Amino acid sequence: MKSITPHSPALQTQVQSLQLQGQTILHELGLALQPGQWTAIVGPNGAGKSTLLRAIAGLLPMQGQLQLLGRDWADWPARDRARALAWLGQNESSSDVLTAYEVVMLGRLPHQAWLAPPSSADHAAVLQAMQQTQSWDWRERPLGRLSGGERQRVLLARALAVQAQVLLMDEPLAHLDPPHQADWLELVRGLAASGVAVVSVLHELNMALQADSLVVMQAGRIRCQGSPERADTRAALQQVFDERLHLVEVQGQWLALPAAPSARRATTAASVSPASNVLPLKRSAE
Amino acid sequence: MDGALPAQPGAGSEAMMLIPSHHKPLVLLLALALLSSLLVLLGVAVGSTGFSWSWLNSSEPVQEQILWQIRLPRSVGAWVAGGLLGLAGAVAQGLFRNALADPYLLGASSGAGLGVALLLVLAGTSPAAASLWLRMGLTGAAFLGAVGAVLLTLILARGVEQTMRLLLAGVIVGVVLGSATTLMILMAPDIMRPMQAFVMGSTGFLGWNSVLIMAPLLAVCLLTALGSSRALDAMTLGESTAASLGVRLPTIRLILIAVLALATGAAVAQAGLIAFVGLVAPHLVRSRLHCTHSWLLLLSALTGGALLLAADILARWLVAPQELPVGVVTTVLGGAYLLWPMHRKPLLENRA
Repeated sequence: MKSITPHSPALQTQVQSLQLQGQTILHELGLALQPGQWTAIVGPNGAGKSTLLRAIAGLLPMQGQLQLLGRDWADWPARDRARALAWLGQNESSSDVLTAYEVVMLGRLPHQAWLAPPSSADHAAVLQAMQQTQSWDWRERPLGRLSGGERQRVLLARALAVQAQVLLMDEPLAHLDPPHQADWLELVRGLAASGVAVVSVLHELNMALQADSLVVMQAGRIRCQGSPERADTRAALQQVFDERLHLVEVQGQWLALPAAPSARRATTAASVSPASNVLPLKRSAE
Repeated sequence: MDGALPAQPGAGSEAMMLIPSHHKPLVLLLALALLSSLLVLLGVAVGSTGFSWSWLNSSEPVQEQILWQIRLPRSVGAWVAGGLLGLAGAVAQGLFRNALADPYLLGASSGAGLGVALLLVLAGTSPAAASLWLRMGLTGAAFLGAVGAVLLTLILARGVEQTMRLLLAGVIVGVVLGSATTLMILMAPDIMRPMQAFVMGSTGFLGWNSVLIMAPLLAVCLLTALGSSRALDAMTLGESTAASLGVRLPTIRLILIAVLALATGAAVAQAGLIAFVGLVAPHLVRSRLHCTHSWLLLLSALTGGALLLAADILARWLVAPQELPVGVVTTVLGGAYLLWPMHRKPLLENRA
């Protein structure tokens, strides 16, 4: 665990409410993201995870405040802001025109003057990003002709090529096989170690449990924010998933296992064998 | 920002050499330029008597007159009009991130049609009215109609914030203005015949003045679109990603819609409603190579020009000394081109 240094937050938001098509998706909440930290946003489907991420990426109109690197969102010129904050969305690309290399080069757009050809620094950044995601081999193939996992790695490289201080990722592990999920984990840890504030919405709880900080969401609110090492964070996690989650510690690493409704009753009866590892959480009488 | 993964050994120095090169678009560019020049030559040679090569180095004043004042401006005009449509098609497909988008998407065609119908009703169709003056008036009416329809679409969509609203508003404007035109034809059946020439598209009226109007517009539209080409590239990654890269989406959309309206309006005003050129030209380019929008826009314009000029030559030659409406030729050719892969694909999938 990294100790939290008294930096000013890389990204800070105070949402009063966020409504989409007349429906309130996010209620009042506050969030501060520290530089050099990897934060994972987790929660059940429909909790508002992606909406929160889009909100702090400035992609959705909301009532509230948003500060990037200590500066109000509205005060940022578009290009400067684009250099400071990189975004990796979910299922957005339809491009079958551009090659992987050209796609990653788009990450350098905020660094380039209007219509100026890419500089050697741009090419170097693209190379580095594509090597980090092991996507350099298909640089000349059109994005639309790549498999889901390959495409995801190219899009990740595109976000990395921005070399921003804040990196927001929505479901970055989609389509990635386990070895590449592990690569992603190492990559994110490396980024955080170099001072980047990394934020990702994750469905893969086992990956999320390795983050520096967990934001546990439910029904448009943040239930808890803290290190997964802390018992109250894990308790909140089990709570928002309706207690249908076993959290097991294996070799110093927390794992989340789905629990079937029958198993839940068994847990309630406190009769699961590796009981010492399973968190005894508040169990309502059934 | 050092990543956690070790860089592959030696990759750094190799990288600069491995950067994808851009010679393929350049080859296509030169090929299209060559093809276009050849087509202009053909277009000058073909007439109501079929191909007449001897005319090309004739010094007879009548033949020279026909070559320089009728066939050459018509051929060049057809090329420029096709270029405008090809460019507009590429812009529309990039802007709406849809390979089926065409220049008439925002109601430009129905607007132009309504403009022409209105003027015909007002001016009457007496022989005296079929003058050069009316001809120019019709051009103006078609242009104003096309641009007006796009503006109406923008108003109905309440700006350019949402692509979906724009598309929907475009469809509505197209349908409503189209039925207004139909109603006018119903009430004043006399305008039916002159309307037909417009609806089917015609390159027969293109003269040097048409070229003088369209060519600068093509240059301006092409340069403006090229200036937005990187934003178009970014938009292929989704609007959120483009916005995160600092692309000012509303501004870019407004610029590109202006290009779309101007290019389409100019082409439609001079050559009528020519179908499929704007839709097919970008497809043809993409079927040849994968490239960024800067190349796609340029090559689509050149392809559109070559396409319409080729169609014009066919229209003049196929049933000489008669002439087919050029719009009919582009529709048949374009339809066949789009149907061909569709016809082939199910067979391949069944075999697999």
